[in-house]
Amino acid sequence: MPAPGESSDMGLRAPPLDDVHAAAEASFTDFGGWEMPVEFDSIRTEHAAVREAAGKFDVSHMGEIVVSGTEATGLMQRLTTNDATDLRPGQAHYAAITREDGVMLDDTVVYRLPEPVEGEYLFIPNAGHDEQMATRWREYADERDLDASVDNRTTEYGLIALQGPDAPSLLAEETTLSLDELGRFEIATATVAGVETLVATTGYTGEAGYELVVPWDETETVWGALDCQPCGLGARDTLRLEMGFLLSGQDFDPEDDPRNPYEAGIGFVVDLDTEFVGRDALEGVDVEGPAEKLTGLSLIDRGVPRAGYDVTTPNGDRVGTVTSGTMSPTLGEPIALAYIDTDYIEPGRTVRVVVRGEPKKARIRTTPFLDR
Amino acid sequence: MSFDVPDDCRYLDSHEWVRQADDAATIGISDFAQDELGDVVFVELPDEGAELTAGEEFGVVESIKAVSDIYAPVSGTVTAVNDALFDEPELVNDDPYGDGWLLEIELADDSELDDLLSPDEYREQIA
Repeated sequence: MPAPGESSDMGLRAPPLDDVHAAAEASFTDFGGWEMPVEFDSIRTEHAAVREAAGKFDVSHMGEIVVSGTEATGLMQRLTTNDATDLRPGQAHYAAITREDGVMLDDTVVYRLPEPVEGEYLFIPNAGHDEQMATRWREYADERDLDASVDNRTTEYGLIALQGPDAPSLLAEETTLSLDELGRFEIATATVAGVETLVATTGYTGEAGYELVVPWDETETVWGALDCQPCGLGARDTLRLEMGFLLSGQDFDPEDDPRNPYEAGIGFVVDLDTEFVGRDALEGVDVEGPAEKLTGLSLIDRGVPRAGYDVTTPNGDRVGTVTSGTMSPTLGEPIALAYIDTDYIEPGRTVRVVVRGEPKKARIRTTPFLDR
Repeated sequence: MSFDVPDDCRYLDSHEWVRQADDAATIGISDFAQDELGDVVFVELPDEGAELTAGEEFGVVESIKAVSDIYAPVSGTVTAVNDALFDEPELVNDDPYGDGWLLEIELADDSELDDLLSPDEYREQIA
């Protein structure tokens, strides 16, 4: 048996439900160093289940890092862009993690843990970033002698996302927690199918739903109790793209495509009234405005926009690049996210996306593509 | 999982099939190929009258998750294009050897068919 988070082949880390997914005949992909299910039935079927009913995702490849100690708040404040002091126990918010020059290393949800859970904060870095972020937090705390401890629990917890309009009624059958009392972006302790669970009202699909943090070895119990469509990373990607949500490593990447939060369209998670690494650089961007911004596009001509395709004016002058694109299963139209010259962005404006050398007519759109 | 490999077709190792009827032939992608691609959302095909060269790329099939070039199993002139796929690309998933066909061509040299994989050879390749 491989140890938690280790796979026997190819040196990839495997989620706790590896065998369950294999038995369900899922197809797998390497994502962030993890061997993850990409598709169970079909992306279209899984996507529709989440928009119309409910779906469950094994997202145990996401990191879980717990920060404790009397100066935990100060540490979170310094290393994330949002205002950590805003969070009361049981609350959560979205934030960026930036380096000194304002470039995003990752995006994350920060949870202030509810009583009586040990530790102050839980944050969820993207797949494969857990060790890097834990080290970043530890080093920062050590250098400044902060009373804060940092515990990377990525292979101690499984993470299941239950998403869709039927998610509340499905979860209600398996938990004693009064779900009506939880607002969006909150977190509470509960038992789910008899398993001690952190139930968070967060997600990556635009639908109602939950993210369930469970002990690694009991992930299967909770997964099995949720009676709905299993979904892979393929549907997770089309669902998030319809909402215009960022994918770390795809829509921004500190090495391959360095972007600050304003460029990436998440300036709303930057609180310049707080002191954090990257603040001064971002204050400059806030004043000047970013030269390029991530915006939505939809194709008018036939075709599918894909990452790396050029965006041009009708005359063929290059004004940007697509970072994510797909055929929207819900809307039945080709949609994309692209960095485009800020001066050129105007919703409704017609541009071209160059698909295999052919300029295809497209329109600049605001996101989300889908009203939710 | 087992995939449909009809006996009346011959196959290219890149998963295209060709079915001969006298001097004409129909071309498509295999059941295995459509399953690997997943939900097909777009096909790009040459126009009628275009010339195909055996082994060369002639179009593209795109699914939600992937873009895949398609290669000509044999040479010839395109005599018909499956226009239904422009509105219903999912026919490639639903019926890859029937309503999901891509092109009909007039064969330039039907001896090229001998260079292709037999159904048994193709079954072995995808096993």
